[in-house]
Parts: sequence; C-alpha cells; structure tokens
Amino acid sequence: MSTPPEVRDPGLDPGLDLALTVPGRLDVALRAEPGEVLAVIGPNGAGKTTLLHALTGLVPARGHARLAGRDLLAEPVRERQVGLVFQDQVLFPHLSALENVAFGLRARGTPRAEARRAAAAWLERVGLADLATRRPRQLSGGQAQRVAIARALVTDPDLLLLDEPMAGLDVGVAADLRVELRRHLAGFAGVTVLVTHDALDALTLATRVVVLEAGRVAQEGPPEEVAARPRTEHVARLVGLNVVRHDGRLAAFRPSDVTLSLERPTGSARLVWHGPVRTLAPHGDAVRVQVAAHPDLIADVTPLAARDLALEPGTEVWLAVKATAVATYAAEAPGNP
Amino acid sequence: MTAVRDPLGRPPALLLLPAVLAVALLTVPLVALVGQTDWAGLPERLATPALREALWLSVLTSTLAMVACLLLGLPLAWLLAKVEFRGRGLVRALITVPLVLPPVVAGIALRAAFGRSGWLGEPVLDLTGFAFPYTTWGVVLAHTFVCLPFVVISIEGGFRSAGSQYDAAAATLGAGRWTTFRRVTVPLALPGIVAGMVLGWARSLGEFGATITFNGNYPGTTQTMPTLIYIARQSDVETAQALSLVMLAISVLVLVALRDRWLGTVKA
Repeated sequence: MSTPPEVRDPGLDPGLDLALTVPGRLDVALRAEPGEVLAVIGPNGAGKTTLLHALTGLVPARGHARLAGRDLLAEPVRERQVGLVFQDQVLFPHLSALENVAFGLRARGTPRAEARRAAAAWLERVGLADLATRRPRQLSGGQAQRVAIARALVTDPDLLLLDEPMAGLDVGVAADLRVELRRHLAGFAGVTVLVTHDALDALTLATRVVVLEAGRVAQEGPPEEVAARPRTEHVARLVGLNVVRHDGRLAAFRPSDVTLSLERPTGSARLVWHGPVRTLAPHGDAVRVQVAAHPDLIADVTPLAARDLALEPGTEVWLAVKATAVATYAAEAPGNP
Repeated sequence: MTAVRDPLGRPPALLLLPAVLAVALLTVPLVALVGQTDWAGLPERLATPALREALWLSVLTSTLAMVACLLLGLPLAWLLAKVEFRGRGLVRALITVPLVLPPVVAGIALRAAFGRSGWLGEPVLDLTGFAFPYTTWGVVLAHTFVCLPFVVISIEGGFRSAGSQYDAAAATLGAGRWTTFRRVTVPLALPGIVAGMVLGWARSLGEFGATITFNGNYPGTTQTMPTLIYIARQSDVETAQALSLVMLAISVLVLVALRDRWLGTVKA
C-alpha cells in the first residue's frame, strides 16, 4: 500500500505476517502493513471467526503470527495486545458502559481514575458520553457495538480484530456505524482485520480484501478488484455479479447486461444459456430473476418485461450476454497453484 | 385449585392424581406438626437454656461450616468449571460420593481420618494436643464434610450457566485469571454462589447423622438442634414438636429469603 518500504528484517517488520493452521478448519498465510484494513469475507464455516480467534489465542493454532517483531502465537492471550470486538459484543453485563471500556486498562494496571478518564474520553468519541452509567442490557444494538469498539480501542492494541461489527443491526444504524468505524479505523495505526458478510463493509472500510473458502485463501486483492473479478461463487453473489467458467478462464458480467427471452436469441458474439426460472424477486427498480442454467445465473429485467414474458418459477428461458459486457480473467491467482 | 384453561386439553387424571398425592405427602406432615402444637405451653417449652444453647450452636457451626465451604469450595468449583485438567471427571466423581453417602457412614469415615487414632487425627493430637471429635470444631468439620459437595456443585453450576465467553473477553483485554475471577467470573455467578451458600447453610443446620456419630451429643459443645430434638423425643414428644417448629420456621424463612434467587437459578 502507500506505506514506505520497510527493512525486511523480521525483527523490525512492523506489519503482520502470519501463517496459521488450525487442523481441519484453517490454513492461511497473509501479510498486512500497519494502517491496513484487511476485510475477510467468505461463506459461513469458511474459517473467518477461527482466524480471528487464532490471532487472539482463544483457538489454539500452529504456525506463526509475527507482529512488529514478536510472534503472537508464542504469547498467552492476555499478553498479545490484540483488541477483539466480538460478534455479539460480549460486554460484561454487570458493569456499566464506562467500566466495560475501562476494564482493559484496569486489567493492565492503569490506576482507576486514569482508566476511567480514558474510558470516558473514548465513550465521548463514539458519541455515548451520556450513557456511561448504563448497563449493557439498557443499550441498543448500535450503542452496545460502539461500547465494544471503544473497549477494544482504548487499550491501544497492536492489532484490531472486528468480527462482523454490523451484524444484527438495522440498516440505518449499520450505515451510521460504518461511517463512524471508518473514521476510527483511519485513526488507528495498527493492522485491522475485519470479518464481514457485507460487500459494502468490505468495499468501504477495507484497503484489501481476503476471500476465505473452506479455511483457505481463495482470493486476495484491493476491494475494487475483488469486486470486479470475483473468483468464487460466494463473492460473485455478494457483489451481485454472474461469474462463469469459460474456456478455462472466468467471465464476470452484470445481471443488468443479461438479455432474457423465451426464444433462442439470434445474433453473434454472444454467450447463451438456457434453463428454468428458479426465483423472482424485486431488486431496486428491476426484477431479479434467478435461472437454473448450469450454473445458476441472475438477470435483471424491468417489471414490465417480467409481466409481458409471464415469468414465473419453472418458465423455460434463454439468457444471453454480449461479449463486450463480459470481463474475462484468469481463474487462479498468479502464483497460487 | 381450578385449572387454568389449557389449549392443549385437560391434564389426564392418571397424572393429576399422583401429583396431588405428592403435594399432600410433602405438606400434610408439616401442617400436622403446626396443628398439633400446644401453643399455650410453647413459650415455656422453648424458654429453656438447652434450646438457646443448641440453637446458638447450630447457627454458629452452620455459619462457620459455610465459611469453610466458601473458602474451599469456591476455588474447587472454579477449577471444575473453568480449567481443563486430566482427571477432572474423577475429581468430580470423588467429591460427589459424600453427597450420596449415608450421613452416619460419613461420621464413621470422619473418625477414621480425624478420630483420636485416625490417620490425620493421631499425628495432629500428638503435635498439638487437639482432637476434633466431641468438640464444636468437630461439629463444624462434620457439617463442612457433608455440605461441601453440595456447595461445590451448586457454585459450579452457577459458573457454567454464566458462560465462558466473558472470561475470553476479559483475557483479550489483558486480564489474568485472578483478575478475571475477581472482576468477571464471580460477579456473574453471584446468584448461583449465594443460592449454593444459603441452601448449604440450611442443609448444614439440619445435619444430624454425621455430627452425632463423630461428636456425640454434649450440651453446649456438640449438641445442635437436630440432636437436641432427637434426645427430647425420647422423653418428651411435645417438647420435640415445639423444637421442630422452630426448625420449620427457620427453613421457611430461608426459602422465603432465597425465593427469587433460588427460583431464578432453577430456571437458568
């Protein structure tokens, strides 16, 4: 990224360099520079949370995770200086918001008054100064998530891990939190690893996206590249693209570029598929049609067209896309067997 | 008792009848105890030095036993709930044995260990001149022996139902296990701990078999309420009933005091 090149001495390397194995669940190697935000996406069970918990030490892992010259795996959980924002926050229910945020400082020996001052300052930064005395159960989902973020950041961790920070929040609340989180991450000097289900999170918050599938890195790159040239079905669905294998390469195209008809289309320079409609669902101004065409493809048509064609589940249709609307690229990452 | 209209239908008589009998079996004796009490003679029967001494001794030894159970049982319950170690299942099985052991047998076993010629009792006697049997400390020891498994299992349940994710969160925030124990684990399990202690205390108050076997029945030093009632029953049934009424009152008080927490623990 924009970080100046560092001396590649493992003792001085300020970035995160990891090769982690959790038998049966995870086998990944990654690098990240300070200030980078790594978004980890992938289907359920791909090993995203396992990766975070291996970095904190809550899940035992083999390999190494060097950070600023030390190997995290050699240290017990409490000495790793890794801030984790849990998926369901795990705020201490018997402590106030302020005491929750102050907990990490107190645990590391900061005097009470000083810890409370720092915690109050962080609550102020996340906009919850007047809710400091509330217990977690008296907070909304978005407020609790802000407390959890403040609790992790107040200890000034070397590595920040966020496990689906927007999960379970209302759309509007998530949007606000996303903007706020972007600001906090911009001010955070260390490496951030953000696990998410949401393409928007990955695109707006991350400097780099890592796609996990079945415990391995399936794709890695800048968000715009991963979004434009997804190598996995999961990411293709996430960003709303069709991805097919074509002549040993991958071809990606937008659902809106697909022409749907009841008869076999004529004309040249087209890719053509055939199959029954699986589902129909509103998508913005259009109707998104999923077709079982080996593989499943999606096409966006106007509501008017959907009515004129009398589309319903089971209707046999033809799909076509112009070659000019298709981006083709290598199926495997360079250097990735 | 009128049944609330149940959308699933009336409870079948085959289940309802035994249930009603069970309630009757458990309540009729207690009601009879109250009903047969000679209220007019009650103050006189209760105003005896023997009762005062026995009641005080019962409360004192039960409380001391609970202090011992807390000091020894809380760490053990924590270990069983939060630390994986080889032989954890064996330890849990071993400490459960006293729970199902007849209290009289517990008294005999205590003699074998802490009696004047017991494995531990003899060297302690030689070294310090102190022996547990027939002393108030012996009563505390017997109560602790009988109630500790009970308290450990209750508190372990409290630790488990509070969940382990909070300990994990505390660790990622830099807390060591002692800090986590103090500031997270214990506060979260407090309802379970309190319930375990109070029920243990009530159980201890009623302890009879192990105490009388290990310590005999000496007024002022080892004669607790249950042993006093047992002795009184041999000569004077009415006094035994009056004394039992006191114990019943204490039991009901304990339950009332504990009602919310106890029921809450059962639900959780």
